Amino acid sequence: MSSEKHIIASCVISNGIVEKNGTRLFEAHDGDVQAFLVNAYLHMGIDYPKFYKMDALSKLGWLASEILLKDEPSLKKYAPEEIAIVLGNANASLDVDFKYYKTVEEIASPALFVYTLPNIMIGEMSIRNGFKGENGFFIFDEFDAGFMETYVGGLMDSGTTKLCICGWVDVLGEDYHATLFLVENAGDDTILFNKANMDKIFSGKKI
Amino acid sequence: MKEVFIIADNIISPLGFSTAENFQQLKQSVSGVQLHEDKKIADEPFYASLFPAGCELFMGDKYTHFEQLLIASIEATLSSANLDITSKNTILIISSTKGNISLIETEENNEALRKRVALHTSAQLVADHFHFANKPLIVSNACISGLLGIVTGMRLIQSGIYENAVVVGADVITKFVMSGFQSFQAVSAEPCKPFDADRTGINLGEGAATIILSSNKQDAKSIKVTGGATGNDANHISGPSRTGMELSHVLQKAVKEAGIQNADVDFISAHGTATMYNDEMESKAITIAGMEHTPVNSLKGYYGHTLGAAGLIESIITLQQMKENLVIPTKGFQQLGVTKPVNVAANTIIQKNLKHCLKIASGFGGCNGAVVFSKAE
Repeated sequence: MSSEKHIIASCVISNGIVEKNGTRLFEAHDGDVQAFLVNAYLHMGIDYPKFYKMDALSKLGWLASEILLKDEPSLKKYAPEEIAIVLGNANASLDVDFKYYKTVEEIASPALFVYTLPNIMIGEMSIRNGFKGENGFFIFDEFDAGFMETYVGGLMDSGTTKLCICGWVDVLGEDYHATLFLVENAGDDTILFNKANMDKIFSGKKI
Repeated sequence: MKEVFIIADNIISPLGFSTAENFQQLKQSVSGVQLHEDKKIADEPFYASLFPAGCELFMGDKYTHFEQLLIASIEATLSSANLDITSKNTILIISSTKGNISLIETEENNEALRKRVALHTSAQLVADHFHFANKPLIVSNACISGLLGIVTGMRLIQSGIYENAVVVGADVITKFVMSGFQSFQAVSAEPCKPFDADRTGINLGEGAATIILSSNKQDAKSIKVTGGATGNDANHISGPSRTGMELSHVLQKAVKEAGIQNADVDFISAHGTATMYNDEMESKAITIAGMEHTPVNSLKGYYGHTLGAAGLIESIITLQQMKENLVIPTKGFQQLGVTKPVNVAANTIIQKNLKHCLKIASGFGGCNGAVVFSKAE
């Protein structure tokens, strides 16, 4: 029998609001996606100049991971190879694909092209935190908490993954949504890692 | 944990429309990489392995070229497998890096286009074409996508969630992809030379491939998927690790899961893109694992880099090599040009009993992947 897995932290960035574990940390409803993300970044007091060169998708995912992981003691308990990142979205990197392709007529921009893969944000999170465990990026028409429970649960049951960032990060134009879960193959008084709890957190409901 | 068998496969590439045709071409050292002049893709002539212009795969305009490749490859694979794909026990896994991205080159950016480009739209069309009962799963994880598709299928079968997984991958080379790799100065001005001292970068390639995995062995000779792992360099988003430690860790994890020792691996199918950094990193990763004497090849000289299909195409060729107990040489390789002296298969076909084989891949975002294939006892 597999051990119980728990959601030990969550972060939701959506509709101009940034929340960690259900607590509102930042809110702003003016400006475009990029401006909102930069303002949230500044508000959180993070200092990571590479943030500015990221595309909107990586900015959103990276910022959500930064907030998710802040002051989480569980990070220190595991080796880099035991910490996995498994994400999904609906629009892959289409937001920056359009922006990259506009540069092709003049001079194709390698700085934009590098972001034309959705798993680049996994790389950005890994570089920041030194995580070297399992990677996976999957595309769905909508957030599929059932798949996350199955897939991440399987990684943890295999014994090689102890901690996992999983969830959904999607940007297209002015539409964006990030919900990340920090899942540990341990824990007791926290939230059980299952489809129902992920769906609740994703849609902003209280557990 | 359930065992996972490979029960059928197919490659559709410029070299042929079946695994057998493709393997025959490789044995005769035929490459799909040619000089192309096509202003729709690039202003200057370029080397790549492309389907001939106007190569429509039978299905009219309901499906894009990308979707036609997926459908044609799945169809060819199903014809040789005894499988009920309409059952809830079978999952379709689709792997691609850029899918229908070519549409944004010519179509207006509106809601209909954005929906049509989405990989889940293509996946659903393909699933509906074959009447798969389950929603398809889509992997898009840069150049390890095909390999991650196999590993994901293996895991879902091992844990008993599905009995069968139809894993298909494809990518199409158009201006979007070509201009991007050119902007990185990663495209070679000549046929690529994996692991060679004079290597100057990649050739791109088109193709599709399918592997059907099952917990039900179809015959005594079925090859198994016995291990798989992925990981991240945590180093750079567009360049590989300097040390190869991370890929080495991933491939050793896959070998360990297969229940064998590093020394038991009889052959390694490398990513071998023929960029300076990739091949160097792979040679280090292989050497750290103590596998520097194990024969290794790269198939990029035959197919170019087929992106989301690469992990599948190269795995299927590996399976074929296992069936015939031989190693296909690395086309384009002449003189070793990596600092660690790995055993690159060169010039002629080597006869070797292959029981356990390792396929590795790495990609943008710092991702690494590995899978182990083993002959059933």
